[in-house]
Amino acid sequence: MRFVDEFRDADRARALAARIAESCRPGRTYTFMEVCGGHTHTIYKHGLEDHLPPEVNLVHGPGCPVCVIPMGRVDDAIHIARQPGVIMTSFGDMMRVPGGTGSFLDAKAAGADIRMVYSPLDALKIARANPDRKVVFMAIGFETTAPSTAMTVLRAAEEGLSNFSVFCNHVMIIPAVKAILDSPDLRLDGFIGPGHVSAVIGCQPYEFIARDYGKPLVVAGFEPLDILTSVHMLLTQLAEGRCEVENQYARVVPWHGNRIALSAIGRVMRLRPHFEFRGLGFIAHSALAMADEYAAFDAERVFDLPGVRVADPKSCQCGEVLKGVLKPWECKVFGTACTPETPIGTCMVSSEGACAAYYNFGRFSRDQMRAAAREPLAEEASRA
Amino acid sequence: MSREQQVLDRIERIRRRKPVIREERITLAHGAGGKATHTLIEAVFLEAFRNPLLAPLDDGALLRAGDQQLAFTTDSYVVSPLFFPGGDIGDLAVNGTVNDLAMCGARPVHLSAGFILEEGFAVADLRRITDSMAAAAEAAEVAIVTGDTKVVQRGKADGCYITTSGVGLVEQPVTLSAARARPGDAVIVSGPIGEHGAAIMLARDDFGIEAPIRSDTAPLHGIVRELLAALPSHVRALRDATRGGVATVLNEVARSSEVAVVLQEEQIPVRPEVTGVCELLGLDPLYVACEGRFVTVVDGEHAGQALDTLRSHPLGEGAAIVGTVAAAPAGLVLLRTAFGGTRVVDVLVGDPLPRIC
Repeated sequence: MRFVDEFRDADRARALAARIAESCRPGRTYTFMEVCGGHTHTIYKHGLEDHLPPEVNLVHGPGCPVCVIPMGRVDDAIHIARQPGVIMTSFGDMMRVPGGTGSFLDAKAAGADIRMVYSPLDALKIARANPDRKVVFMAIGFETTAPSTAMTVLRAAEEGLSNFSVFCNHVMIIPAVKAILDSPDLRLDGFIGPGHVSAVIGCQPYEFIARDYGKPLVVAGFEPLDILTSVHMLLTQLAEGRCEVENQYARVVPWHGNRIALSAIGRVMRLRPHFEFRGLGFIAHSALAMADEYAAFDAERVFDLPGVRVADPKSCQCGEVLKGVLKPWECKVFGTACTPETPIGTCMVSSEGACAAYYNFGRFSRDQMRAAAREPLAEEASRA
Repeated sequence: MSREQQVLDRIERIRRRKPVIREERITLAHGAGGKATHTLIEAVFLEAFRNPLLAPLDDGALLRAGDQQLAFTTDSYVVSPLFFPGGDIGDLAVNGTVNDLAMCGARPVHLSAGFILEEGFAVADLRRITDSMAAAAEAAEVAIVTGDTKVVQRGKADGCYITTSGVGLVEQPVTLSAARARPGDAVIVSGPIGEHGAAIMLARDDFGIEAPIRSDTAPLHGIVRELLAALPSHVRALRDATRGGVATVLNEVARSSEVAVVLQEEQIPVRPEVTGVCELLGLDPLYVACEGRFVTVVDGEHAGQALDTLRSHPLGEGAAIVGTVAAAPAGLVLLRTAFGGTRVVDVLVGDPLPRIC
C-alpha cells in the first residue's frame, strides 16, 4: 500500500540495523526511552527489536494516554455517567481501563449510557440529537488530542449548546518526561520523542532535555523505519559527542509546532496546579483543565464530583519500571496484587505495557521465539 | 531457584487455575470471542452443562444415531446493521451454521430457524431476510425444517435476531480437532481475511470512510468436501475464522495442540481495501471476522496438494499457506512480520467491534 509500504521495507530495515550495530561502541550498552505509546505499539506490532543489537535497549515510557489516567478520575467519570439523563461519550480504548470500582464497560453493563465515539465532534452530534440529555465527553490524551477537544468546545459555544460538557483529563508530555529525568536513579541515554504530540507543540520545548540534562532526543514518526532511523540518529549523536534535539519526523512536525492548535488549547483550557499520573504520582503543572470562560462546558463544575483519590498501592513500582530501574518481575506487587485482570499501574493496564507483556510472555525466551519464526513454510518442502 | 523463576512459576500456577468471572454483570467483552468469552463459557456454561460431547468446545458436537454419525450445532445472529454489502442477517444465519457443520467434516442437511422480532419491525424487511435465507439454504443444499417466532415489545430487541441450529451427516470418517496439529504441519487460510468485519464496520457509517468492501459470507461445505476428499487422512483441523478472526482460531490450535503456530505476515492474504481500513482504524486484520473463510492445518508434506485443491474451488482462489506448526514455544502464535521482526499474536483482549454476526 502506498505511503505505508515504503516505511516498512525489510531490506531497508536490515541496512539500517547494520548501521545501528556499527554505531555502538564495543562494550557499551545504550538505553533509550520511547516516550509515546504509539511508538511502543509500532515496536511491538512490527517486532522491531529484532533489528536492534543486544547493546541497544528500548524502555517503554509513560506516554500511553489511557494508561496514565489515575483510578480516581475513572471513578469520577463513572459517577458522572450514572447521573440521571447523562450520556457519557468516550474513545474506545478508555472502555476497559479500570478505576477503583470497575471500568466504563462494567458501568455500561450496570445501566449507565456510555457510548463509544471516534472524535469529540461525534459527541457534539449526540448532544445536538439529544437536547433533553446531558452529553459529556471523556477527554483524554496528551497535546495530540487536546486541540480537537478545544475546537469542539469552541464549536459548542458558537452553537450555544447547553447540554454538552467535557470531563477534561488532558495531560502534558513535558512535565511527565521531566518527572522521569529528575529521578535520581535514571539510567537512560536518550529519548525517542513523541511524533504527534510534537506536531502540536513543536520540537523547541524539548531543548532543555539536551541542554540541562545532557540527554539527546530525536522526535520520531510512527512507522518502523522512522523509529530505527531515530535510534541511529541517537547513537550517532552519542558517538559524535553531540547532545541535541533532532527532528526525524519533519514530514509532519514543524519545529515551532502548530500555532492554531496551541492557541485553541490556550483559549479553552488552563494549566492545573498538579495532576496525578497512574504509577508516577502527582506531577506539577502536568495537565489541563477547562478555563473559567468555558466553565459552562466543564463537567467538573456542571456535576458534583466525589473527587475521591484512589491511592495507588504504595508497593506499586511502576515509576521504577518506567525508568528502567526495575524489571517488571522485580516489582513488589507484580503477579500478585497487580495482574492484567486487576492492573494497578500503567505498565499493566495496556497490553503493550512492559509488565503486561512480561506477565503474558515472560516465560518464553526471545531467542526461542526468533528461532521458531525462522522455520520455512511447508509448501516448498511438500512440492519438492 | 532464581527469584525471576519463582515469579514466573507463580504466574503459571495462576494461569492454570480454573477460570473465574470477576465481573458482576455481563459486559460486551463477554461476547467478543476473546479471553472474556472463553472465561464465560468455561466458568458458567461448561460448568453447568458439562458432558463429554460439549467438553471439546468445538464448532459442533458429534453424535451417534445407530450407525450414522451426526454433527449438531447452533448459532445466534445479532448483526447490526441487518443489511450490509455482500449479505444480510439472513444468509449470514444460514451460512454460519452450515459452516460450523462443515468444520466438523459433516454434510449439512437440516436447519432450524428461530426469530426474535421487535414490535414495529417492517414485514418487508422480514421478507427480504427470509428470501435471502431461502436462497442461501438452496445454495448450501440444506432445508430449513423447523422454526420458532417470538415478538418482544419495542425497545426490547433491535429489529430482528435469528438463531439457527443445524444437523449434518458425517459420511466419511475424519478426525478433525484443534488439538491435532503437529510440528511440521502447514497452516492454510482459504482466502483473503477480514472482509466481513470490515464491511460491517463501514456499513455502520460511523467513520465517513467509503471503500468497495463486501462481506465474504458464503457456505463452505463444498470446498471443505473437496479438501477432505482429496486428503482424507492429512487434514488435522478445520476452523471457520469468524468472531475474533484468524488470530483467535490459531491461538486455540496452539493451546489445544500444545504447539507453536508461526505465521509469515507477507503470506497472509488481505485485500488492500481491508488493509487500508484497518490501518485507518487501528485494527489488525488477523482479528477481524470472516464469514466465508476457514483456516486449516494439514500435514506439511501434503500442503501443496491441499493448496491446489482449495485454489481450484471458486471460494478458495485466494487460498494461501500462511504459516507452519513448530514444537516450541508451545501454546504461542508467533508472527514473522514483513518488517523482518517477530511478535506474539495474542488472544483478543478488548472488543474491537460488538455485534459483528
